[in-house]
Amino acid sequence: MKELLELYVAFLRIGAVNFGGGYAMLPLLERDLNEKRHWTTTEELMDYFAIGQCTPGVIALNVSTFIGYKRKKIPGALAATIGFLTIPIMIILVISAFLTNFADLPVVKNAFAGIRVCVCVLIFQAVLRLWKKSVPDNIALILYLVIFAVTVFSGLLPVKVPAAVLVITAGIFGVIWQTARERRRQA
Amino acid sequence: MIFLQLFLQFFKTGLFSVGGGLATLPFLYEMSNNTGWFTHSDVADMIAVSESTPGAIGINMATFAGYLTSGVPGGIVATIGLAAPSVIIIIIISKLLSQFKDNKYVERAFYGLRPASIAMISAAGINVARIALVHLGALDEGGNILDFFNLPAIVLAVILFTASKKLKWHPIIFIAISALVGIVFHFGGV
Repeated sequence: MKELLELYVAFLRIGAVNFGGGYAMLPLLERDLNEKRHWTTTEELMDYFAIGQCTPGVIALNVSTFIGYKRKKIPGALAATIGFLTIPIMIILVISAFLTNFADLPVVKNAFAGIRVCVCVLIFQAVLRLWKKSVPDNIALILYLVIFAVTVFSGLLPVKVPAAVLVITAGIFGVIWQTARERRRQA
Repeated sequence: MIFLQLFLQFFKTGLFSVGGGLATLPFLYEMSNNTGWFTHSDVADMIAVSESTPGAIGINMATFAGYLTSGVPGGIVATIGLAAPSVIIIIIISKLLSQFKDNKYVERAFYGLRPASIAMISAAGINVARIALVHLGALDEGGNILDFFNLPAIVLAVILFTASKKLKWHPIIFIAISALVGIVFHFGGV
């Protein structure tokens, strides 16, 4: 029970400060769950984000469910996910009830223009930290560059490639390439 | 009855929207057309609110739409509906993963998945930077190269980057400082 409560509170804290969607969650997870509590590893976080990208639903929730399940099975998955949801639900209910023009308030606009700068920096640092473990060699680097380019310039492409397709292709490529590499090594 | 409908509508949205919060948008527009629970401009307002509050945009949309339809209980029911499919699916995947964790094919797949994952995170960072650090329209409007860069924001970014390397503060402290800087220096331009 104590561990479930810990999970709930840890994700409640993350949910309360997770501005800017699922990917902005990564620096918080790295700090709170990886460095401080050792509940996950960097590799696991990367795997969860990759899977979250090609499964239905919101990525932040998928990642919460994954980590909760890893700690304490189904009760853990529920504790983490509900923890993550608690504060955002309360905030939106309050805003819906009282502040119909919340997003137009000058103080809100200015504050969030500042917060967005911080979110870029946090994401950039997370990428730097995860780089070595995620991109171990040149083939992985090429894969990174291709997917990065396709995602960033998706507006310029004649057809829109859904993220799930990119992720699944990358996974299949991994199996084929590593299997071939293994064969060459044995030959 | 309305609660069951809300739950089912958002369950469907959660089940079929793959790839992050914005993927829920087409479903919300469709729901707006079919049910009349909220208008298209409510959806647009909610995107703005979601960008300025914590939490994932898909979840915020569900809470807001549920609230518009039938108050606080509606907001909670819609949110649970949206979250339910992803929780169920991830629990199933977690079970499978723990069984196949040492399977060599799973391991090989992750060799490709990890660069993909970090590439998408980088792209998300670029998308935020496009809004936060540069004025995309400036060059078209005949401004010079200096107008293109949002200098105060870039200065803040460099300071935050250097400071957070030296000081091992929690990210929320940097977020709070950035919000204050944004208010004091009118980063939003209002």
